[in-house]
Amino acid sequence: MINKTVENARQALQGVQDGMTLMLGGFGLCGIPENSIQELLRLGVKNLTCISNNAGVDDFGIGLLLQQHQVKKMISSYVGENAEFERQLLSGELEVDLIPQGTLAERIRAGGAGIPAFFTPAGFGTEVGEGKETREFDGKMYLMESWLRADFSFVKAWKGDTAGNLIYKGTARNFNPMMATAGKITVAEVEELVPAGELDPNMIHTPGIFVQRIFEGKNYEKRIEQRTVRTA
Amino acid sequence: MGLDKHGIAKRIAKEVKNGMYVNLGIGIPTLVANYLPEGIEVVLQSENGLLGMGPFPTEEQVDADMINAGKQTITTLPGSAIFNSAESFAMIRGEHVDLTILGAMEVSEKGDIANWKIPGKMVKGMGGAMDLVASAKNIIVAMQHTARDGSSKLLKECTLPITGVDCVKKIVTDLAVLEVVDGGFKLLERAPGVSVEDIKAATAGNLIIEGDVPEIQV
Repeated sequence: MINKTVENARQALQGVQDGMTLMLGGFGLCGIPENSIQELLRLGVKNLTCISNNAGVDDFGIGLLLQQHQVKKMISSYVGENAEFERQLLSGELEVDLIPQGTLAERIRAGGAGIPAFFTPAGFGTEVGEGKETREFDGKMYLMESWLRADFSFVKAWKGDTAGNLIYKGTARNFNPMMATAGKITVAEVEELVPAGELDPNMIHTPGIFVQRIFEGKNYEKRIEQRTVRTA
Repeated sequence: MGLDKHGIAKRIAKEVKNGMYVNLGIGIPTLVANYLPEGIEVVLQSENGLLGMGPFPTEEQVDADMINAGKQTITTLPGSAIFNSAESFAMIRGEHVDLTILGAMEVSEKGDIANWKIPGKMVKGMGGAMDLVASAKNIIVAMQHTARDGSSKLLKECTLPITGVDCVKKIVTDLAVLEVVDGGFKLLERAPGVSVEDIKAATAGNLIIEGDVPEIQV
């Protein structure tokens, strides 16, 4: 079996350069590639276009890249938890493309699946639809949306094997599986890396063909945005 | 006078029927889960990738990998399923979700909804709202009838950037239950202590009143 293992984030991110388009998995702070983000901070690469459902919070996740002004453009669906983001956006320092969440997920899926465009009803008649081709199917109007692809995709999984197969846990799955398919180079960081053969092939969420580099991440903080509990 | 947010949630809960798959938005819609009628089976869909959303966890059950679309920690239930975001929106766009309940800043008498952007002020993004309103078979809006300055949020035309066109079916506010029909907002019920005149005064869009308007029972 082809071995996709690299030692650490530093090796995994070799080749990341200024001006690249990156995908980063996660929903809120759930399922984000924490180790890869730390390495992006260390590298200090700039003028990045980041495709991610959210932009982290002020002091965690992609918010850290925004603080260092490494991001030129964000492509996201919801950025409401990040005050620094809103400040950079309203002051014109940052470009943003806000995309309906389902459209974002499908554009990434399409990118990985080799489908350059598709039609969706989301955003028809709104400013999201301005300038886009529209078409009627069975009496309903749809917008044409195009694929998204990235120079590097950074995904986070629960378990992975040396062949690059991935299993996610809970709602940390979110955008990670589609992003894994849409990167020219996909870097997977996992909580537990095992030899090929130890994961049940029936249980694999992302097959290893989509993953070019895999490593076991360190020191996961897994910060919770809204800790809501009930009394037992 | 009128319903508080729990009252609005209680009234909306009566619209939820046995066997429905339901997506609840953030805010008042989330409260609807607390008031679902006894004895019915309803599956809550969370757009970040969970069907069968359970209650908040106990302190011991808290898992950073288990959150809802509002980023709150949650639990699963027997029969829950977890999936990726593309599959989640296949459920939504593909009209497999029976009912969508969400908040709004404005609704027009044609059923247009605005709830994602205030130009120059609030730029948070639409999240899943545009996908939901474009495809939901049934959309109920939970909102205050008027803004803080007293201006109506039920309008002839939305003034804010819209989220979707011609999609809202029913609206439950602190003052009334209304249905979007050809020609305007049809008044179905009024909140306890609220008169038809009060509702007329608080509604900028065309209000259609037919016969006696019963009081909301919650």
